[in-house]
Amino acid sequence: MSAPPDGSLDAMLDAGAVEPRRRRQGRRRPSRGAAVVGVIGELLITVGLLVLLFVAWELWWTNLEADRSQDEATSALVETFGAPDVDAGPGGIGSDARDAGDQAAEDADEFGSPPAASLTDPGTFALMYVPRFGDDWVRPVTSGVGLDVLNNLGIGHYPETQLPGEPGNFAVAAHRQTHGQVFYNIDKLRDGDRVYVQTREGFYQYRYTGTEIVAPSQVDVLAPVPRQAGAEPSASVLTMTSCHPLYTTRERIIAYAELESFRPADAGPQDAILSAYQNTRN
Amino acid sequence: MYAWMFRALPGPLWVRLLISLVLVAGIILLLMMYVFPWVSDQLSLWTQSTIGLVTR
Repeated sequence: MSAPPDGSLDAMLDAGAVEPRRRRQGRRRPSRGAAVVGVIGELLITVGLLVLLFVAWELWWTNLEADRSQDEATSALVETFGAPDVDAGPGGIGSDARDAGDQAAEDADEFGSPPAASLTDPGTFALMYVPRFGDDWVRPVTSGVGLDVLNNLGIGHYPETQLPGEPGNFAVAAHRQTHGQVFYNIDKLRDGDRVYVQTREGFYQYRYTGTEIVAPSQVDVLAPVPRQAGAEPSASVLTMTSCHPLYTTRERIIAYAELESFRPADAGPQDAILSAYQNTRN
Repeated sequence: MYAWMFRALPGPLWVRLLISLVLVAGIILLLMMYVFPWVSDQLSLWTQSTIGLVTR
């Protein structure tokens, strides 16, 4: 190869040829310090991704798993009940449905005072319907408030409290978020809302009476007469407890409801939960 | 580190991409099914959500 007379092109070619070679060498053999810093950087990024993944697991994956096991528990319980198929209640669905208050009065006349509920084996013994949380909203209720219950099966019954129909307090707990976020909308309950509990005996209708925010140590919300420890109960109430505010465990949100009326299992569910009831049977 | 692992994988580029994807998916599944539930249990004392501190 003959060099051009002035040598400038040669110099440019040289510069172009040498530069890439140096870069390639640089990639092949980084200094020890640069390699260490690189590995530490990659490890830090990995830790960051792991933390994000854990949050994704907590907020999303646990809901999928809990929803599945709650659906299974619901189906198993419906089978145990062997409750009848109901096409439409006396009042029917939709616009024909009776007002919950009117129905409560009729049911009270027709079926009298509610009997006490009983536990069934295994631990899941009731279904809870809350139309305010969704027309088809139904979740199983299981004995115990340990994490094994709350993380998988949704609603747990405080075992030291009473059962539906008994004078006293039917107190339950559920997660506000994660693990199915069963009571996510507990703060949306309004005056006039009803909560329904289905057991082997039948369908208990509760009327929502109020909400309060308390410290986690406030155990007298579980007393037979809530907030009046030691008082003799005459009414039958429902107490729902969950976490507050959202995404923390700092306080507890407590929603109270009072037993209003009852329909025996043979009579079928109240109009308001008819479609949710039918969904549990599919 | 990851660049070195990727280069250490056998096969042409698309095979190495496939292997990496399967590896990453497997690791995520292991974390979601076994590791994270365990970590959550360890943290449960601070995340319990019932009334009364005795009922865990």
